[in-house]
Amino acid sequence: MKFVLDAEQRLFGETLNKLLAGAGTAGAVRARAAGDPEPGRALWRSLAGAGVFALAVPEAAGGAGPLPVELVTAFHELGRHAVPGPLAETVAAAGLLARLDAGTGRGSGRGDDAGGLAAAWLPRIAEGTAVVSLALPPAVPYALDADTADLVLVVDGDELRTAAPGAALTSLDPARRLFPVAAGAAEAGTALACGPAVRAAAAAAFDLGALACAAQLTGVGRRLLEVTVEYAMTRRQFGRPIGSFQAVKHRLADVLVALEHTRPLVHGAALAYGSPDFPRDVSAAKAAASDAAHAAAGSALQVHGAIGYTDEYDLSLWIRKARALRSAWGSPAAHRSRVLSCLTGG
Amino acid sequence: MDLDLSPVEPFRAEVRDWLRAHVPAAPLPSLETGEGFAAHRAWERELASARLSVVSWPERYGGRDATPLEWLVFEEEYYAAGAPGRVSQNGINLLAPTLFRYGTPEQLDRVLPPMASGEVIWAQAWSEPGAGSDLAALRSTATRVGGGWLLNGQKTWSSRAAFADRGFGPFRSDPEAGRHRGLIYLMFPLEAEGLTRRPIGRLDGKPAFAELFFDDVFVPDADVIGEPGEGWQVAMGTTGSERGLTLRSPGRFTAAADRLVGLWRERADPADTALRDRVADAWIRARAYRLKGFETISRAEDAGAESSVNKVFWSELDVALHETALDLLGPDGELDGDWLEGYVFSLAGPIYAGTNEIQRNVIAERVLGLPREAKA
Repeated sequence: MKFVLDAEQRLFGETLNKLLAGAGTAGAVRARAAGDPEPGRALWRSLAGAGVFALAVPEAAGGAGPLPVELVTAFHELGRHAVPGPLAETVAAAGLLARLDAGTGRGSGRGDDAGGLAAAWLPRIAEGTAVVSLALPPAVPYALDADTADLVLVVDGDELRTAAPGAALTSLDPARRLFPVAAGAAEAGTALACGPAVRAAAAAAFDLGALACAAQLTGVGRRLLEVTVEYAMTRRQFGRPIGSFQAVKHRLADVLVALEHTRPLVHGAALAYGSPDFPRDVSAAKAAASDAAHAAAGSALQVHGAIGYTDEYDLSLWIRKARALRSAWGSPAAHRSRVLSCLTGG
Repeated sequence: MDLDLSPVEPFRAEVRDWLRAHVPAAPLPSLETGEGFAAHRAWERELASARLSVVSWPERYGGRDATPLEWLVFEEEYYAAGAPGRVSQNGINLLAPTLFRYGTPEQLDRVLPPMASGEVIWAQAWSEPGAGSDLAALRSTATRVGGGWLLNGQKTWSSRAAFADRGFGPFRSDPEAGRHRGLIYLMFPLEAEGLTRRPIGRLDGKPAFAELFFDDVFVPDADVIGEPGEGWQVAMGTTGSERGLTLRSPGRFTAAADRLVGLWRERADPADTALRDRVADAWIRARAYRLKGFETISRAEDAGAESSVNKVFWSELDVALHETALDLLGPDGELDGDWLEGYVFSLAGPIYAGTNEIQRNVIAERVLGLPREAKA
């Protein structure tokens, strides 16, 4: 039993941290909000170069995965640097396609396109040339960044189809553009596969997306804490740094306590990948991560005061992301409820 | 990274089998009563006979040299089995770590075996009427006399002291030295000449702690831990274990959370989603603390001030968990029973071992690196 990242996993996280620290992620978010997706795409390519998306793609399909521990390590850093794009969605889609592929067998000739779809898209996801958005209504009702994604998938009951996105909805998080995917299948896209296998693959994809999102939230929370501690040490009022006041200290201590007890849940869930406890453990991690990041955002805003309330100050990118991701990939209440259902067999 | 517990499964199975055969079918009377105290002392003796009272200690003192992981597993099984509360825990968790670090071989040989068997039960005597969170303000004195020290003054809120055999804590040996200097850490009998103890009823009326009045109580040099004048360092050497994993192991909370889920299944109104949220949250937090424990023992370095992070978390989890249980019980929540006993016990958690306000200061200053507060 060694329940800490090994040296290689730590190095992977540190490498991504360095890569992203110098990559101007906040600028990419601002550009995306202003209608220019290119800096975000460039970021995506360099993440793929570092091997991030291959972690969710099986080796047989050109990836290196599935490697859930490495995946949550990466997503922690993606959240920490507010990387834009359908990150959890692409990873979940990779999980969905890989699962369907395994279920049907490539070239099974059964008349559905799942095998072909996996063969066509998984290698591209791994190498970073395909950005995929995915909606899994009702928990994930909108397709994130569908306007710039190379493939938009939706699972409607037991049917998988491509989706024709409608008009964009505006999110609080300027990095996120959400698109409704029409419920009626006929007018909304092309049917790709259907049956119980699709339903099962969608359930697995949901768990993978929720896990990635939970890890992303721990990174968002960590960054909010880091920036706020730094601010509390330099901002002076009443002749001393505001971080010397107990009221400020205690808020920030609480943020740390929550984050420190979220990381093990995320790692524990990653290690449960493939086991019957995976859905339960993912839900535990996602509920805790949502709360921890949300609390971090609340304290970050309050400690920064008015400057934290401005759009211009980059802190706002993380404050808004914490709010958005809290309800993305299942609300905390939904995940808590699922934990209890798993425990009581209900 | 892995969570492979299979190497400790044989040990887990041994502990589980033994507990299944030996845990009393009916709960013992509350250990905060004279009768219950005696029953719990007898239980300690039974545990010790199977070398299960102090598994992590060296064999020569009654332990099994268990690894930290084996100890965590022991605790999980212990609380899952609904075994009695540990009346010896203040000695085992607070005095023993201090002795392992600062004690002489003679002290270890003399003090530890009877602690392991429950023959001698220890009470911690730190707080004074004017020294709670501000421990360094303590004023009880130890005055040098031939062959030892004479204690005078008053200690209070001493857990278990109403019925325990011996106590330990810091006294002021050099009133001229600074607040943190001039302290001495020593052990003393609670039945000593010149020592008066007065039990104090806690919130539920049970005499769980006591005040101690010292009037020229003699303590021989052999019962001084560390050097005179270094009592503060000796005391602080204990606080890490008091706040961290050892005092409140995860097993206690995972067992309670599992029971809470069981209670939810039996008693809950499924439409009460607010309560459902709290039950799930308590279970999730207990799991988080368990996994955090595995993380802590997987790290090579000492947890240090991070034990304060643990202390805030487990103490507030404990209160939330028991409050949720009482709310689930509805009108039965006020009735005497295990959940109520656990609830009253949990309420002390955010206060003892350094209040959570002090812990948050420690976290902010020593972990986050925020500036120290301007002193009054």
